Amino acid sequence: MMWEILVQPFADFGFMRRALMGCVAISVGATPVGVFLMLRRMSLTGDAMAHAILPGAAVGYLVAGLSLWAMTVGGLIAGMAVALLAGFVTRATALREDASLAAFYLISLALGVLIVSTRGSNVDLMHVLFGTVLALDDDALTLLCSIASVSLLALAALFRPLVLECADPQFLRSVSGLSAMTHFTFLALVVLNLVGGFHALGTLMAVGIMILPAAAARFWVVCIGALIAVAISVAMLSSLSGLLLSYHYSLPSGPAIILVAGLAYALSLAFGPVGGLAGRAFPRRYVEA
Amino acid sequence: MTCALEFQDLTLGYDRHPAVHRLCVEIAEGSLTAIVGPNGAGKSTMLKGVIGTLRPLEGRIAFGRIARSGIAYLPQQSGVDRSFPIVVADLVAMGLWREIGGFVGLRAVHRARVAEAISAVGLEGFEERPIGSLSGGQVQRALFARLLLQDAGLVLLDEPFTAVDARTTADLIAVMRRWHGEGRTVLAVLHDFDTVRAHFPHSLMLARELVAHGPTAQVLTAENQFRARQMCEACDASPHTCGRNAA
Repeated sequence: MMWEILVQPFADFGFMRRALMGCVAISVGATPVGVFLMLRRMSLTGDAMAHAILPGAAVGYLVAGLSLWAMTVGGLIAGMAVALLAGFVTRATALREDASLAAFYLISLALGVLIVSTRGSNVDLMHVLFGTVLALDDDALTLLCSIASVSLLALAALFRPLVLECADPQFLRSVSGLSAMTHFTFLALVVLNLVGGFHALGTLMAVGIMILPAAAARFWVVCIGALIAVAISVAMLSSLSGLLLSYHYSLPSGPAIILVAGLAYALSLAFGPVGGLAGRAFPRRYVEA
Repeated sequence: MTCALEFQDLTLGYDRHPAVHRLCVEIAEGSLTAIVGPNGAGKSTMLKGVIGTLRPLEGRIAFGRIARSGIAYLPQQSGVDRSFPIVVADLVAMGLWREIGGFVGLRAVHRARVAEAISAVGLEGFEERPIGSLSGGQVQRALFARLLLQDAGLVLLDEPFTAVDARTTADLIAVMRRWHGEGRTVLAVLHDFDTVRAHFPHSLMLARELVAHGPTAQVLTAENQFRARQMCEACDASPHTCGRNAA
């Protein structure tokens, strides 16, 4: 019985195994990036960047049809351009990061919708917006796994500057010239993971697997290594359960995965020991010093 | 006398309005100097000029044997995000950045120095506490421990004892005197004249322009304070474009 529900779909169908593989890769790559986004109070930046990617993917689609590489390269170019422009405007002018980013992503999004709607059909728009996790081919899987690997290696290398850039950016700037490089490399990782994620989950849903597990983890653990570990576990479990739900109840898989992650977030919010609602309602006895 | 810092006709400001105007002062190497003056006198601005975040509108700052990288600076409002999940020992260890850089691991020697710095500021037992659980005074102690590890020839402190209780102030002043004893140059912006008189051999009074600089007893006179207040108020009341800037 349990076997049939939990394992049979993956044993029987190659597309389910590929979908799981792809989601695990996204969980490993994108979720740690999401943890840093959350800690830097940039959770909504992920969302903005996801919108910014759209025109690039659309142009890629126009040039080469539903080509993985064309859409990936297009998305990367659009995302990086918005990240760099917004970062440049923030550092060079009086405009704050949220405003400059919002300005550029809105322009980019409008351009994307315009391109898609003048040339493509609605089906294509749905593909870009909601992804096709059940139709991942070898190339797509290779791409997702490569992005996850690059992302993990880059985070490991940049860990200390990135933590300091979050905890005390002023200090980092006073002792080292790595601040700007760290910031832009991090934004590049955000874009890279969103571009990877959009093939499977779509541009909008890709942000979900980045942010929701990170937000859920915040209610369980405090230190940053543990946050990343818990977030990755939540992301993987959400992927697995979401895929199974979508298989058994014929639901679209991207939203199913994100909704399960959303449920994990809601449960963490309610019962998590670190600042969750239950913890507030029934405070533990304080330590008598 | 060797100079650690020489302000040469220095003007610093924001949006063309000078906050420090035509300052000519030499700070001796190894001196312990308090910077005093009313609010808006340009004290913090002067420190920002030294660390280079503010470019001079005019004039320059000459450094003696100290490179700009040999400066440790504690801002008035530290940029530490206290909700960030980092523990005291890790925050303090970042003072070693110039030695270990962004990528090399901490060795046993480094850990021992981190522990020594933490105990020097009286925070033993707090090593593994997240910074979010510390009081304001404890955070200030941790930031002093980080400054200790920076091992800088020139230490700049911007109102380090504001919102800090007497006990903490006393402990941190001991740290500051230790730097002085080790021959480091220390510049600290302060408002409490009693503290300045008790612990600082030299003072520099600022009211956009230099009011007085020298042994503390000669600087903190009632006459100088009155003059400083008047200079600040006069400048606020009638801003004028400086002749040389207008040209």
